[in-house]
Amino acid sequence: MENIIEAINLSFSYMQDDDPIKALDNINFKVPEGQFVAVLGHNGSGKSTLAKHFNAILLPESGSVSVMGIDTRDEDRIYDIRQNVGMVFQNPDNQIVATIVEEDVAFALENIGVPPAEIRLRVDDALKTVGMYEYRNHAPHQLSGGQKQRVAIAGIIAMHPKCLVLDEPTAMLDPKGRREVMETVLRLNKKEKVTVVLVTHFMDEAVRADRVVVMENGSIIIDGKPREVFGNITLLKSVGLDVPQAAELCYELRKCGIKLPDDILTVDECVNALSKLLEESRCQ
Amino acid sequence: MIKDITLGQYFPGSSLIHKLDPCMKIILSITYMVMLFSAFNAISLAVAIVFMFVVTLISRIPLKMVLRGIKPILPIIILTSLINAFYVPGDALFKLHVFSFLVVISVQGVELAVFMSVRIMFLIIGTSMLTYTTSPISLTDGLERLLSPLKKVKLPVHELSMMMTIALRFIPTLIEETDKIISAQKARGADFESGNIIRRMKALLPILIPLFVSAFRRAEELALAMDCRCYKGGEGRTRMKQLQLARRDYLSATVMAFVLAGVICINIFVPKLYGSSLF
Amino acid sequence: MPIIRTEHLKYVYSEGSPFEKAAIDDITLDIEEGEFVGVIGPTGSGKSTLVQHFNGLLKPAAGKVFIDGQDIWGKKVDKRSIRFKVGLVFQYPEYQLFEETVFKDIAFGPTNMGLNKDEISERVYEAADFVGISKELLSKSPFELSGGQKRRAAIAGVIAMRPSILILDEPAAGLDPRGRESILAHIREYHIARKSTVLLVSHSMEDIARNATKVLVMSSAKIVMYGSVNDIFAQSTSLIKMGLDVPQVTRVFMGLRKSGYKVDPSVYTVEQGKAEIIRYIRGGQDR
Repeated sequence: MENIIEAINLSFSYMQDDDPIKALDNINFKVPEGQFVAVLGHNGSGKSTLAKHFNAILLPESGSVSVMGIDTRDEDRIYDIRQNVGMVFQNPDNQIVATIVEEDVAFALENIGVPPAEIRLRVDDALKTVGMYEYRNHAPHQLSGGQKQRVAIAGIIAMHPKCLVLDEPTAMLDPKGRREVMETVLRLNKKEKVTVVLVTHFMDEAVRADRVVVMENGSIIIDGKPREVFGNITLLKSVGLDVPQAAELCYELRKCGIKLPDDILTVDECVNALSKLLEESRCQ
Repeated sequence: MIKDITLGQYFPGSSLIHKLDPCMKIILSITYMVMLFSAFNAISLAVAIVFMFVVTLISRIPLKMVLRGIKPILPIIILTSLINAFYVPGDALFKLHVFSFLVVISVQGVELAVFMSVRIMFLIIGTSMLTYTTSPISLTDGLERLLSPLKKVKLPVHELSMMMTIALRFIPTLIEETDKIISAQKARGADFESGNIIRRMKALLPILIPLFVSAFRRAEELALAMDCRCYKGGEGRTRMKQLQLARRDYLSATVMAFVLAGVICINIFVPKLYGSSLF
Repeated sequence: MPIIRTEHLKYVYSEGSPFEKAAIDDITLDIEEGEFVGVIGPTGSGKSTLVQHFNGLLKPAAGKVFIDGQDIWGKKVDKRSIRFKVGLVFQYPEYQLFEETVFKDIAFGPTNMGLNKDEISERVYEAADFVGISKELLSKSPFELSGGQKRRAAIAGVIAMRPSILILDEPAAGLDPRGRESILAHIREYHIARKSTVLLVSHSMEDIARNATKVLVMSSAKIVMYGSVNDIFAQSTSLIKMGLDVPQVTRVFMGLRKSGYKVDPSVYTVEQGKAEIIRYIRGGQDR
């Protein structure tokens, strides 16, 4: 399996008030094809900066980033990179450029020079995949936040990218919109086999990924399966992240000496574990 | 709600006029204007007038809406008519003694006044028909296609069209945002109603500055999103929606050509009519 | 006497047109002074519309609004004076910053109130302190601040008016967990220090559970529940049916209750959950 994205000794700084701030510090990070990886961190941890290196919006200060073997510094191949690593941003409104949904989804394909008949097919397909086909003739301002984000996603997947990078796509959405977007993203990963890099600070989203990477101060401090990562409750809290209440409850009880598994993530797992506990105490 | 008002007042519909290709409509509108100004006598002008009435009927746009567009121009029409009526020399129709002045209203003056008024009115009606039956984005598309030959003389047709599209896309969004900003500043006691004109203009700063800042921020984010979707200007761009002239477009063009020809013929073969003496 | 009272309040969008829709319908409500009320409901339930009636920004189609006993739509009531009493912080308030310096922006409200220079300064410093904005930041341009700082500056701009009622619409929207906790902590402190009435409109049941004394639940333009936090969470099943999320820990306890363990299903914080489990294990059992 090929690595879609590879960052080697990646460092990056930017200037703020004449002081250089190190946003990324010697990052080594690989994303294998088909994986759903969540990048967690508080604001300022470097997660968005990292994401922007994946489709050459930002170029490394030192080290390198390659996409499907192409170095992101290769100016001649920037469009190949961007066709294969699509990016969706936080603000649903500021990604939609056309006055009608289907025309916006066609935008990328028009830019690349795809023949009109094929554009039509791909646009319809993309809209159906995100569940927005009935809205294809709507104006963007008539849509909800979650719908707009799905249109933005459609506009990217119409390019048939190998990888989708989403930078806090649900931060500005209400719970319903967040659910819509997460379902779409999961479907794209599981059914369409699109590699997904999801930058977020929401635990309940990271929990559904194959792999969780936690960033702090420009470095990766944990990298593993959700179960492994969320067991580290003290560490997560110390870097300003939330843990699912279910996990936190079990953690607090363990602190009191009560024996519970240390990799509980979901409500159901918690109910099961606690049920066993309560049953035992009933029988005593 | 403000959100529903679109630029140039577009009334969605499914009449023949609505369905015509935007390029064709623009060309036909221009042709109509030529027709209007080349009608030299009363009959040819009448033909142009009747033609527009027929178009209005087919479009099913309510007459009230059509006439509404003339309202703001009414003062200009009246002024022009009066000037023409009183100042054009020619065969006297009325003679008035005002104080010690002799005011003459000539036949030619009245003719000119009528012709001018009718022309201005129908100019407005004609262009209104275009905007009423064509959505702003279709108009932009149509203009882009019409002007594309000018790319050869380095006119940035694609860029201009892109600017128009983005502007049209963001107008409702920015209007919504303005509403929010106004509410938020009012919530802090901002007063937009009282005071003299200078005070009121200063009171607009808490609205305009955030709006501008926001517009710039949006532009930056949008540009980034466009980059991520491989935008590289007009070079090598294809379009999903292709210009496709249908039978109705060819039919309309033919009808227009005939009417124009008719108007010109009437000019030539029926010279001795009201208006002819003017030109 | 309740500090906010409404009687059969109604607001309609696109009145008279075929798109006419009641945003809020027949709202009768009494909110007592000093309460911290969490306002929750699905998007479109009317929460934001309702709170904009409390400072006179929206005029009701029907019904009355009384602030501190005064009918705000009565004759000769200056709406601006109501807005100084009832401070409203909109969503993403940082997008409304406009002045040359943070100081001046926070001073906008007090200046509109017609206060003198010293009073204004005092209030600006006080408000900045409340939200954790340092003195150095005050002399900077608001556009130089980070997102979180801008948000706090905008909130300070409303607090500086010293409103007796403070309404915040999703003040933690778009912030990371640390930012959320910080903003909510500042609001809690404000509530305690000023003894003011606070209304917090939010989608997060967890935020409301941790901070509010009362909860107002809205759905489809109407009030469906108004009561203490405990009372509301005792009805978690109804909340879920309405499409609202309840805190994860509540779901855990509802699940345990369903499995036959007589635990309190209206638990809504982790601390309560822990206490309840320990109580059960140590023999308290059936409740």
